[in-house]
Amino acid sequence: MNKKSFINQKNIAYILIAPIVVIFLIFMVYPILRSLYLSFFELVSGSYEFVGLKNYAALFKDEIFYKSLFNTCIYLIVQVPVMIGGALLIAVAIEQKFIKGKAFFRTTIFLPSVTALVAYALVFKVLLNGDHGLINYVIELFGGKGINWFYEEWPARFAIIISITWRWLGYNMIILLAGIQSIPNELMEAADIDGATFWDKLFYITIPMVKQIILFCTITSTIGTLQLFDEPFILTEGGPNYATITMGQYLYNNGFRYLKFGYASAIGYVMTVIIALLSVFQFKATKEKE
Amino acid sequence: MKKVGRIFGYIVLAIGAFLSLFPFYFMFVSGTNTNAQILSVPPKLTIGTELVKNFAILSGKIDLLQSTWNTLFISVVYTVLALLLFSAAGYALAKFEFKGKKIIYGFVMGSMMIPSLVMYVPLFEMMIKLNLTDSYWAVILPLLANAFGIFLMRQNMLAFPTALMEAGRIDGVGEIGIFFKIVLPNIKPALGALVIYMFTSMWNNFMWPLIILGSEDKYTLPIALAMLDGNPTNKNYAVILLATAVATLPILIIFLIFQKQFVAGVMGGAVKE
Repeated sequence: MNKKSFINQKNIAYILIAPIVVIFLIFMVYPILRSLYLSFFELVSGSYEFVGLKNYAALFKDEIFYKSLFNTCIYLIVQVPVMIGGALLIAVAIEQKFIKGKAFFRTTIFLPSVTALVAYALVFKVLLNGDHGLINYVIELFGGKGINWFYEEWPARFAIIISITWRWLGYNMIILLAGIQSIPNELMEAADIDGATFWDKLFYITIPMVKQIILFCTITSTIGTLQLFDEPFILTEGGPNYATITMGQYLYNNGFRYLKFGYASAIGYVMTVIIALLSVFQFKATKEKE
Repeated sequence: MKKVGRIFGYIVLAIGAFLSLFPFYFMFVSGTNTNAQILSVPPKLTIGTELVKNFAILSGKIDLLQSTWNTLFISVVYTVLALLLFSAAGYALAKFEFKGKKIIYGFVMGSMMIPSLVMYVPLFEMMIKLNLTDSYWAVILPLLANAFGIFLMRQNMLAFPTALMEAGRIDGVGEIGIFFKIVLPNIKPALGALVIYMFTSMWNNFMWPLIILGSEDKYTLPIALAMLDGNPTNKNYAVILLATAVATLPILIIFLIFQKQFVAGVMGGAVKE
């Protein structure tokens, strides 16, 4: 019944998948391997010289690298839980039966996550300005002392954390919202009949039911945080004294400012290993509790 | 107690909504004020009269029209290519059995965990060798190796009824015809989500274009913005925020029109398991 044609049910799948396989081979597989290769080389006056593990050895002694690792850890430990917790709180609040204007709240709180990272970072740069910024004005209005956001180490880190949280909270909120909506109504109704409080339902129904989605949000946020680049580039340029530099930025500086391709590749590989380890760890941590 | 809970719920959401919206308001309003007004304490938060003047200063600093065109061109071409390639790949992965399928799918999924930064040095080298640096294609091509788009398409194709494909075969429709005339028209919502997702991710992209684009007439909007801010002489925040507003407005409009597709694109990865 099929028309005689070169393309049939047997080979169509190969034809459909072939272009993307070629693209992945050229722009993903090759660069990954090439990067590993380069991490054992050093660019000396235009040509590569094999240096063995020297790049990695140097990396493990590199104070700025450790600082970038430390900063990234701080962003991870502080920002990811605050953001996921906040996103969950808002998602749960939106899903309460009595709330009117759900669509309005959903849309406005999601809105930040459509902006370009560079664009929103510039807005926060003005809002957080130490001498003239609106945020310091509000702090002082309430009797606090204005903070020198970009020129002191910890305030600079928190400036980054505040900005990222603003940008990504709504994004995670939407994902969690989908999870909460998929919880069967009967469960909540049964709990209501049994006289469960809001907190009972939150801790014994909602959170366990969306655990997988919380894990998904945590892993994607972790991967995103480890690759953080745009915000510190715009907001602090990694300063003061490398207090906000991220691994991504350090890789960029080495690779594309100082053209140390081998060293940059080594940084990339250490990042990959860290991301893989953290993802596996997060998977295991949630699996074991089951 | 119930009443307290209700009030608390509304307070949380109202604060969330206010904090989410305020930076947008500040950005749009600041473009109509002077630099001095923005930097006064407290800054002027009402609409001013400087919009035209700021625009004039901005046009003297960066070629906004050219940057907008560059961003638009790159984003549209990228989205069209992504749409074709990812839907085809997603369809093959969801609806056919073939040799190497598991390896391909496993690799695509695994690649989500590899930081794209790792690939930028070799890709940069490659573009130099191909003489493609500072070209639109150098921005577009490498970013087509995007696992999320393929995953999104596959997830949406899984539920597509195989019976419809069979019916097409019985009617003598060729395999290519089945894909373009039967499958694609039936998964329009998913395609919409993919379009929105790909378009915004390219429109907003910064690091790779920053690495690969060298000349001003090729800059995309995020790079133009960063350059505007990076120039320390006569820093004018009114002008910077006006440019930011100009770069943000198209995406905001697209979002307000295609909200459903946006949300579907974000959620596609998490649900539909």
